[in-house]
Amino acid sequence: MRPETEAELAELVAGLNGPVHVVGGGTRGIGGTDPVLTTAGLSGITLYEPGALTLVARTGTPLAEIEAALQTEGQQLAFEPMDHRRLLGTTGEPTIGGVVAANISGPRRIQAGACRDFLMGVRYVDGQGQVIKNGGRVMKNVTGYDLVKLLAGSWGTLGVLSEVSLKVLPMPEVQMSLTVSVDDVRTAVSVMSAALKSPYEVSGAAYDPTNGQALLRLEGFSDSVAYRLDRLREILGGESVESAGSAALWDDLRDVRGFEDLDGDVWRLSVKPGDAPDIAARINADRVLYDWGGGLIWALVPGGTDLPVRLGRFEGHATLVRADARTLEDLGRFHPEDATVEALTRGIRQKFDPRCVFNQGLMR
Amino acid sequence: MEMPQPNPDVLARKRALVAQLQQVLPPEAVIHDEAETRAYECDALTAYKCPPMLAVLPSTTQQVSDVLRICHAEGVPVVPRGSGTSLAGGALPTADCVILGVARMNEVLEVDYDNRFIRVQTGRTNLSVTGAVEEQDFFYAPDPSSQLACAIAGNIAMNSGGAHCLKYGVTTNNLMGVIMVMMDGSVAEIGGAYLDAGGLDLLGVICGSEGQLGVVTEATLRILRKPEGARPVLMGFDDNEVAGQCVSDIIKSGILPVAIEFMDRLCIRACENFAKAGYPDCEALLIVEVEGSETEIDSQLSKIIEIAKRHNPVELRESQTADESARIWLGRKSAFGAMGQINDYMCLDGTIPVSSLPLVLRRIGELSKEYGLPVGNVFHAGDGNMHPLILFDANTPGDLEKCEAFGADILKLCVDVGGCLTGEHGVGIEKRDLMAHQYAPQDLEAQMALKDVFDPDWLLNPAKVFPLRASAARRIAVE
Repeated sequence: MRPETEAELAELVAGLNGPVHVVGGGTRGIGGTDPVLTTAGLSGITLYEPGALTLVARTGTPLAEIEAALQTEGQQLAFEPMDHRRLLGTTGEPTIGGVVAANISGPRRIQAGACRDFLMGVRYVDGQGQVIKNGGRVMKNVTGYDLVKLLAGSWGTLGVLSEVSLKVLPMPEVQMSLTVSVDDVRTAVSVMSAALKSPYEVSGAAYDPTNGQALLRLEGFSDSVAYRLDRLREILGGESVESAGSAALWDDLRDVRGFEDLDGDVWRLSVKPGDAPDIAARINADRVLYDWGGGLIWALVPGGTDLPVRLGRFEGHATLVRADARTLEDLGRFHPEDATVEALTRGIRQKFDPRCVFNQGLMR
Repeated sequence: MEMPQPNPDVLARKRALVAQLQQVLPPEAVIHDEAETRAYECDALTAYKCPPMLAVLPSTTQQVSDVLRICHAEGVPVVPRGSGTSLAGGALPTADCVILGVARMNEVLEVDYDNRFIRVQTGRTNLSVTGAVEEQDFFYAPDPSSQLACAIAGNIAMNSGGAHCLKYGVTTNNLMGVIMVMMDGSVAEIGGAYLDAGGLDLLGVICGSEGQLGVVTEATLRILRKPEGARPVLMGFDDNEVAGQCVSDIIKSGILPVAIEFMDRLCIRACENFAKAGYPDCEALLIVEVEGSETEIDSQLSKIIEIAKRHNPVELRESQTADESARIWLGRKSAFGAMGQINDYMCLDGTIPVSSLPLVLRRIGELSKEYGLPVGNVFHAGDGNMHPLILFDANTPGDLEKCEAFGADILKLCVDVGGCLTGEHGVGIEKRDLMAHQYAPQDLEAQMALKDVFDPDWLLNPAKVFPLRASAARRIAVE
């Protein structure tokens, strides 16, 4: 099923008599055996006003097309969405709808915000086939409930997004990084924390234990980046990495390239940065990568490992990003919620998709 | 302004309800004397007043839970209240409601600089959150103009913004977690000192839900290190359109100022008379502020000034010292007070796409003539959030109604050019009946369905946000 217009999409959903598997470009590896409903046919940027930092696009628009359009005006999606294709071995064209539905954000999330923070408006088709709009195309909007946030990261389970409106930001003139050698994760987290506590607007803070380097990114106008890099180096020491080299490092980090040729399940944990060392010790993973100053842990563990059981209770949540179908079925992709939250979630699903047609079982 | 009739059955049970509440709260935290409940009869939208049946002032999440459990069992509506600074009537009571004030819950629970968050009880005022972390040069970014008085609870309910949102975002972008008590008394913990929700983004939808989904008693907020410094440049133009173009060119140049404020002639004159800030007498004034080290500020301001010069400004004044910065901001910060000196005013809050600024200002000018009421415009220009201030005389019969009709026309205009009714103040009662102009019935239905999940009996702040006619079936079904 590949509707070409929002009206076609609405008609199609209204006429469904069984569950469908909703995808954009299908690169985020959400699996599923139900018939596929793709938004790839809903394509095209419908409005772009660089002077208002506003872009509106149909959800099937390839991410690459959006990034290219932004680049011609020296702008970008500041939340830096990762590309899952290499890590998951998927093919296809990532779409803006997929990015929004999965709330995909990269290393800059720690400074600029997540995809959901840049999402100003949505149009979607609910489980009954009705077209609903929420939010709009302006940055400041508190008119009614913010269903925009609810739809971001709902993985197509509440409705099929047809159009999204995004705040965009200027692309920084340059970037540079500082690498600081550290002995262990505890030191790495304290180095990253010191950088993030500074007034120098660090836009990335990651640690790769395989090379023992904490990596800190600075972006902006060249004179300002040079100044801030000097200041940071005075506090933390380390070596600077020039522009192109820095960009390549962060692209690899964003896409977790270090894991792509390795066997095993990939988990993504959002934690309090200071808890990262203890949590990592409990996970005892084959490989780990820390982003967001320690607040994001990528963990590679042997296939089938029940990580939540290994971990026990912790402040944060874990998502299973890569595993075989059996493990996904056994463990579920998302972290279990406590009873009150779970009841709310169930109630919301029932309202948005009463016939249970969208991506069944994905977010259980 | 129409409000639902009080439920006589609820009013008749007042005494019994007081007795029940006194069992879970200290005696002085249950306010039932008619002289004392009057203190809660309105918020900052003072045109509308109605004393509540009761007010309660709990001190703990447990007490909030007890109060809500009792009110839920008794079918009594509850109106949550932070500091009562809402400009939209968000905390306006009905005669049969219990006002649940969180003002006594103002403790800082945890400050963690290494992990860059603070956990507070939500009765704490916005400015005192920054106050709690200032010694380490940190701050809490959202800065509504009422920040001295307004509570975090209200900030979360209305998703408050401020002058610095262009760079730092609004409340929802700085809120990491909440403890929220549901209408049935159950307690939900959502989010925390980590980023992004695991399941559905409930935090995102709770923020800005105007006290209709639950009562947030504790919040985890992101704190940021203060920049090394900040300085503004002031520029005057003879034409609104040119000023708007200048804003757009600055943004397109790749600079992201921390604030871009706009004032029109009426506001400039009022502020100048009031505050003597030395503003030029011109059609449009912009204040653009940037942050960083001294050299970073110099470099950004020189880029901005270069752009401004291309638009033939009648005045260009770069601040060099803290004193000069204060003078530039003085006028803008006293804008509301200055307008208040001239007459009563009503402050609107619509947002428009920045590109529509000239059209909208021209149309507001025309409407002003038609209605015979002056209007001044102050405006967060970077993000399109307008604050037209309509002057009227509350003592002249019919003036308030005329002013409200004028305001409604301006807000509809904002929607028609692709904007929205409210950028940071919230809908409350003030813009409730205009919601149908921005949203189709099925859009409103989708939002109300969410309230059905959180508060199936529609007891929490029930007569707000949605047009009364749209929510009537739900409210009446449960009465």
